[in-house]
Amino acid sequence: MFQYILKRLLSTLPVLLGISLLLFFMLRMLPGDPAQVLAGQMASQEDIKNIRQQLGLDKPIFVQYGIFLSRLAKLDLGRSARTQNPVIKEVWARLPNTMLLAVAAITLACLFGIPAGIISAVRPYTWIDYLFTSMALFGISMPVFWLGLMLVVIFSIILQWLPAGGTGSWKHIVLPSFTLAAFVVAFITRITRASMIETLSQDYTTTARSKGLKERVVIIKHALKNALIPIITVVGLQFGLLLGGAVLTETVFAWPGLGRLIVDSILARDYPVIQGTILIFGLLYILVNLVVDLLYAYIDPRIRYA
Amino acid sequence: MHETLQTQVIRNPHRQADSQLRRRWAKLRRNKAALFGGVLILIYLIIALLAPILFPGNPSAPNLMKSLERPSLEHPLGTDELGRSILGRIIYGSRVSLLIAIGVVCVGLFVGVPLGLISGYYGGKVDFGIQRATDTLLAFPGFLLALALVAVLGVGLKNTIISVGISMVPIYIRLVRGCTLSVKEQTYVEAARAMGTRDVTILIRHILPNVMAPITIQTSLGMGTAILFAAGLGFLGLGVQPPTPEWGAMLGSGRAYLFNSPHVATFPGIAIFFAVLGFNLSGDGLRDILDPRFKL
Amino acid sequence: MRQDSLLSILNLRTRFRIYEGVVTAVDGVSLDVFRGETLGVVGESGCGKSVTALSILRLLASPPAEIQGEILFDGKNLLSMSLDEIRQIRGNSISMIFQEPMTSLNPVLTIGEQISEAIKLHQGVTRQEAWSKAVEMLRIVQIPSPDIRAREYPHKLSGGMRQRAMIAMALSCHPRLLLADEPTTALDVTIQAQIVELMERLKEEIRTSIVLITHNLGLIAEMAKRVVVMYMGKVVEEALVEDLFLEPLHPYTHGLLESIPWIGRKMKTGRKQLQEIPGMVPSLLEIPEGCRFHPRCSRLIDICRKEEPPLVQKDGRRVLCWLWK
Repeated sequence: MFQYILKRLLSTLPVLLGISLLLFFMLRMLPGDPAQVLAGQMASQEDIKNIRQQLGLDKPIFVQYGIFLSRLAKLDLGRSARTQNPVIKEVWARLPNTMLLAVAAITLACLFGIPAGIISAVRPYTWIDYLFTSMALFGISMPVFWLGLMLVVIFSIILQWLPAGGTGSWKHIVLPSFTLAAFVVAFITRITRASMIETLSQDYTTTARSKGLKERVVIIKHALKNALIPIITVVGLQFGLLLGGAVLTETVFAWPGLGRLIVDSILARDYPVIQGTILIFGLLYILVNLVVDLLYAYIDPRIRYA
Repeated sequence: MHETLQTQVIRNPHRQADSQLRRRWAKLRRNKAALFGGVLILIYLIIALLAPILFPGNPSAPNLMKSLERPSLEHPLGTDELGRSILGRIIYGSRVSLLIAIGVVCVGLFVGVPLGLISGYYGGKVDFGIQRATDTLLAFPGFLLALALVAVLGVGLKNTIISVGISMVPIYIRLVRGCTLSVKEQTYVEAARAMGTRDVTILIRHILPNVMAPITIQTSLGMGTAILFAAGLGFLGLGVQPPTPEWGAMLGSGRAYLFNSPHVATFPGIAIFFAVLGFNLSGDGLRDILDPRFKL
Repeated sequence: MRQDSLLSILNLRTRFRIYEGVVTAVDGVSLDVFRGETLGVVGESGCGKSVTALSILRLLASPPAEIQGEILFDGKNLLSMSLDEIRQIRGNSISMIFQEPMTSLNPVLTIGEQISEAIKLHQGVTRQEAWSKAVEMLRIVQIPSPDIRAREYPHKLSGGMRQRAMIAMALSCHPRLLLADEPTTALDVTIQAQIVELMERLKEEIRTSIVLITHNLGLIAEMAKRVVVMYMGKVVEEALVEDLFLEPLHPYTHGLLESIPWIGRKMKTGRKQLQEIPGMVPSLLEIPEGCRFHPRCSRLIDICRKEEPPLVQKDGRRVLCWLWK
C-alpha cells in the first residue's frame, strides 16, 4: 500500500514539471519584456528593474528557468500587479471559497446522479430511465452560466427566495452549487447507469441472486460496489471540469473564488496572479487524481494488492 | 481492469438474447435521437446560410430608441440594451458559433491527429515526450486551458478559435494514440511494414481509416463543447468582442438587465442549448452506429 | 410425477422477446429429478440447458423472459411462488454452481463474506457464526488454511480454488438440489478430476440431488445416473447413462457420442476417425419445419421434414424421433 502511494506520488512529477514549463513559457510567449508584463502598466522603472533582477532575466534562459523553479518551490510567484500583494496570498485567500463551492456541487451531483443512474440501470428503457437520461443529456448541453442566470431570474427575482450573488449565509451557496452540480450531474448519471448495467449483467450478480439475496442487497452490495470504480473515475475527472465550470459560475454569482480571480486578472492583465491561479488549478487537479487513485485501491482489492 | 473482466465473461445464452435486445432497442431509440440531433444541426446550418434573407438589415446597428423592448411582432424575441433585434442577432450569431465550432475542430484535428498517430506509431522517446505534454495539458480543465491561452493570445474571434482548439488537442492525441496502438499490432499493418511500405503511407492508408470512427464521434461531440466553451469565453468578455453577434457575449451583456428584461439573457442561452444538444445527440448516435465498444 | 421425484418440470417453455422476434429457448421440456440422484443434461451450447436451469430458480431477467409451464419442487410450483418465497428457496434448498468461477465470484468481496452472507440469510445466525460456518465449508471443500483464505478476495485464488469456493457457497445451506451448470468446463483437466471427485463425495455427505448441465459426455458418464439430451430447446432423448452410451436411440445423441474421442475405444467400434455432426445449429428464430434436427440428420426419412416427431416411450426410455415410432 505504501509503495503504491509512493509510486503514485512519483508519477505526478512529470506533470508538475510540465506545469512549471507551461507557466514559464506562457510569460515569455507574450509580446514585450517579461518584467514589464509582470509588473503591469502602472509599474515604475524601479519595480521593473527589481523584477528583472529577481527573475534573472539578463541570464541565459535555462538559468532563468532554474530561478523560476526555485521560486516556485518556495511558492513565490511574485506580487500582483494590481494589489501589490504576494500572489500566493491572493490565491490562498480565494481557495477556500472555490473548494467550498466545488465540494458542495460534487456532493449534490453525486447525491442525485448516482441514485438516478442506478434507477435507470435497474429499469432500463422505462419512462423513468428516459426521464433521467434526457435530463442528463440536457445537463450536458446546457451552458452553465445561462442556467445560473435562469435560476437567478426564478429564485432571486421572481420568487425572491435566495440571494442572486455574493457570500455570507448558507443561502448564498444554494444557487451556485446547484448550477455547478447540474453541469456534472449529467456525467455522473450517465456513467453510473452504464456501469451499473454492465455489473448487473455480470455473472456474479446472477450468483448473488441465486443465493436468495434481496434485490436491494444484490444491487447495492454486489453490483454497485463493482460499478463504483468507473463512477469514481468520472467523479474525479468531473472535478476538473467542475473547476472549469466554477470560473463561469463564480462570475454569474459574484462568488469570490479562484475562477473569479483568474477572470478579473485576465481582464486586468495581472499576469503574476494568472500564473498563480493556473498553478493552483493544476495542483488541485493532481491532488484530486491522487485521492481518486487511493479510493480505487480502497474499493478494489485487485489494485490494493497489485 | 474492467475491460479485461468483460472479455472473460462467457455469456450465458439468455444473457446474450437479453443484451442483444437492449442493444437493438438502444440503437433504434438513439438513432431517432441522433436523427433529431442531425435535424437540429441542419436547421442551424440553414439559418446561418440564409441569415441575410431571414433577417434583412444589420444585426449590429444600434437603435437606442427601442432599447430593451419586450418580445413583440416587430421583434419576436425583443431587443437588447442597444435596441438591436435579439432574433436577428441570434440568427447571425449562428454563423459565428458554427464558424467557431468548425474552426476549433479543425485545429484539434490538424494538430491532434498527426501527433496522436506519431505518438502511437513510433512509440519510444517521441511518444514519451508527446504523452507527458498531453498529461500536463490534461491536468487543466479544458475551459481553464482555453482561458489561459486567451490570457496569452488575447481576445477576439481568431484567438477564441485557436485557444479553444488547442484546449481540445490533448483529447484528440489521447484518442488517436490509443487506437493507433491497437491497430499497429494488426497483421495487415505488420505485413505492410514487412513489405517495406513507407511509414507515411502506412499511417495514412492503413492506420488512419481505422481510427476514423472514434475521430468522427469525437468531432461531433467536440463541436458541441466548442460552442459551449466559446460562449463561455464570450460571456466572460474574453471571447468574440462586440458588436459581433455572439451568443455567449449576448448573454453576458444581457446579464446586467436580468431584473427588468430577462429575455435579453434568456434567448441566446436557448440558442446555445439547442445547438449543443444537436451535436451531442448526433455524437451519441454516431457512437452507437460506428463504435459499439465505446460506452458512456 | 413419481413419488420420489424431488423436482418435476412439466412442459417448461421459456421465451425471450427480442428485436427480431420471439426466441423460444426452452420449448416444452419435461423432466424429473429424483431424490439423491444426479441427472445429466447434455447438449450443444444454445440448446437451452442453461436457460432451463436458470428458469428453475427464476434467475432470468423477467421482462424479456417469459416462463410457462410448471416446476414442482417438493410438490410446490416454483413458477407461481411470490418473489419472496422463491428467495427462500434460492441458495437454501436449491443452489447453483456456475461455469466461470472467475466471473461468478464477486471480485470486490472476500470469499468468506460471499459464503457467509447466504448462511446468515437462510439460517438466521449471527455474523460471526455465519463466518465460522463459511470457514468450515471451505475446509470441507479442501481449501488449505481456510481461515486465511476466507479473508481473501477471489483474484488471489486459482481457478480450481475458486470453483471449490463456489461449491462451498452453493452447499453452505445443505441444499436438497444443486444445479451445476458446466461446473468443470473452465478448469484444467487435472483440476476437473479433483472437482468431480469433490462433488461426488459431498453429494454423498449432504445427500443432495444434482442436475449436472454440461456438453461434456465424459463428465456425464462419470457422475450421472440418468441423462437427458437436449437439442434446440427440446428434450430429444432420456435414458440411463449406460443405455445411452451403449445404444443411443436419437440420431443426434448418436452424433454426439461419435464426436468425442474415447481413448482405447477406437478399435472396438471400428471407428476410423472422429465423426462430426454435419451442419450448424440453426438459429432459434428459424426453427426448421418438422423435426428440428432433420437438416443435420443422417437417418432422415420423409416424414421428418413435415411433422414434428412424437415422444416415444421405449424400455423406460424416451426419445423424440420418428425412427422409433
